[in-house]
Amino acid sequence: MGLVVYGTRHAQALLGSTGRLVRNPLATLLTVLVIALALALPLGLRVLIANAAAATGGLANAVDVSVYFKTDTPLATAQQLAREARMQPGVASVTLISADQALQEFRQYSGFGAALQSLQNNPLPHVLHVQPAAGASSPAALNELKRYFAAHPEVDIVQIDSEWVQRLNAILELLRRVVLCAFVVLGLGVLAIVGNTIRLEIQNRRAEIEVTKLVGGSNGFVRRPFLYIGTLYGLIGGCLAWALVASGVIVLQEPVHRLAQSYGSHYALVGPSPIDTALLIGGGAVLGWLGAWASASRHLRSIEPRA
Amino acid sequence: MIVFDNVTKRYPNGREALSGISLRIDAGEMVFLTGRSGAGKSTALKLIALLERPTRGTLLVGGRNIGALKSRHIAAYRRSIGVVFQDHKLLADRPVFDNVALPLVVAGTSLKETDKRVRAALDQVILLGKERMLPQELSVGEQQRVALARAVVTKPSLLIADEPTGNLDRDLAREVMQLLKRFQDVGVTVVVATHDVQAVQEFSRRTIVLSAGRIQEGDEAPLPSMVASR
Repeated sequence: MGLVVYGTRHAQALLGSTGRLVRNPLATLLTVLVIALALALPLGLRVLIANAAAATGGLANAVDVSVYFKTDTPLATAQQLAREARMQPGVASVTLISADQALQEFRQYSGFGAALQSLQNNPLPHVLHVQPAAGASSPAALNELKRYFAAHPEVDIVQIDSEWVQRLNAILELLRRVVLCAFVVLGLGVLAIVGNTIRLEIQNRRAEIEVTKLVGGSNGFVRRPFLYIGTLYGLIGGCLAWALVASGVIVLQEPVHRLAQSYGSHYALVGPSPIDTALLIGGGAVLGWLGAWASASRHLRSIEPRA
Repeated sequence: MIVFDNVTKRYPNGREALSGISLRIDAGEMVFLTGRSGAGKSTALKLIALLERPTRGTLLVGGRNIGALKSRHIAAYRRSIGVVFQDHKLLADRPVFDNVALPLVVAGTSLKETDKRVRAALDQVILLGKERMLPQELSVGEQQRVALARAVVTKPSLLIADEPTGNLDRDLAREVMQLLKRFQDVGVTVVVATHDVQAVQEFSRRTIVLSAGRIQEGDEAPLPSMVASR
């Protein structure tokens, strides 16, 4: 078949299918809306998780790494390590608390001030309080920091207060898996919706299909308009899903901004990324095509012209 | 052009619509298949149109054994013939032009060529000017002529018509038959199944009489090689 003929057939099928959808606006809107809702749910969750991950990235400041030196470590050695640590890429700040400072604070706040007067030697070590940089609060980054400090012979203990960070990351990872499962399940739902819609369309156009086959229309020729209908449903559904999620982001933008400000943050909600948008709309089109192909291939085979 | 070689057609319910018929129709002939209802006329046409396959025997059209044609080649075969049915089988929601153009659209003909050939076909059946009308806005005779135009728009070498005058009065029936004859005059092989005895007599063409799925004696031109088997 020549390229021109091939292109003409596809153009005719696309225009005819588009016309059909436009001529039945209510039915088209209902189908597209159901597909959009099915796709908007996992996308909305994904956007929510992405924003939650971005927002909690700033909470890395609350993670504290405490480096305890051996009690016989000279102050100069501790100061040297503090200077070196400040130059590490995953470190935001380093605060050195000398053994004398620690004892002084302990005397002041512990209530054992009088008892501590009788101590001959200061039992407390020098301590470094290390704040990880933003974006370096993942368990892997913190472990790396821990290994860095532990590698120094003068360091006795490295303590990371990261349990809650690990929990948060675990929750976010769980939610990401939930979103993936939701995409799969709802994707199957989109296949079923499109497949059923195409099945009904084929039933309604049975007479036309019989006549078309009678005059020599192949199964491929007859199937083509239904594939375009399915693809258009998925494409428009994907676009509408994006619009629904983007609208949600706009509506929530102001309240989230005020909430963040109350915590001293300038965080702003971010909508779907360009990649997510492209995957959503492209994925919708592919699902629509697949649903239409599966349904049309099955049901068209059983329709043959009758005299 | 068409060769039935000991063809039998038995339907799943056990009814044998055709029983071992053998006949030959040459290119450019106009042949009437006549007989009572249930004689097997329509079945014979359905076999030629590949709406059914022979249960036994060989059916050759244009030298090809169409009974053995693979499914993927059926569409191409149907594009090479023209078929007219008693109930027209027009698309009610499409105008006359689109109905006639359908075989050309299926064949991938360009828009310009389609326009030209549709108008030529409508001109042949004397319906030019009614391209934009819907089938239900036409008379029964006009609808039949639209069906005829659709059957010939691809310029097939074979045209089969099943009871084309079944719903028509005498004058309209004559009109349709004359159109069919005109196509035969330009070299198209025409096979018409009809119980319209008057039309058959009026047009004095070769007639094959079927009865209970068999060819009645003396009413066909048997193949020389088939004489001994009958």
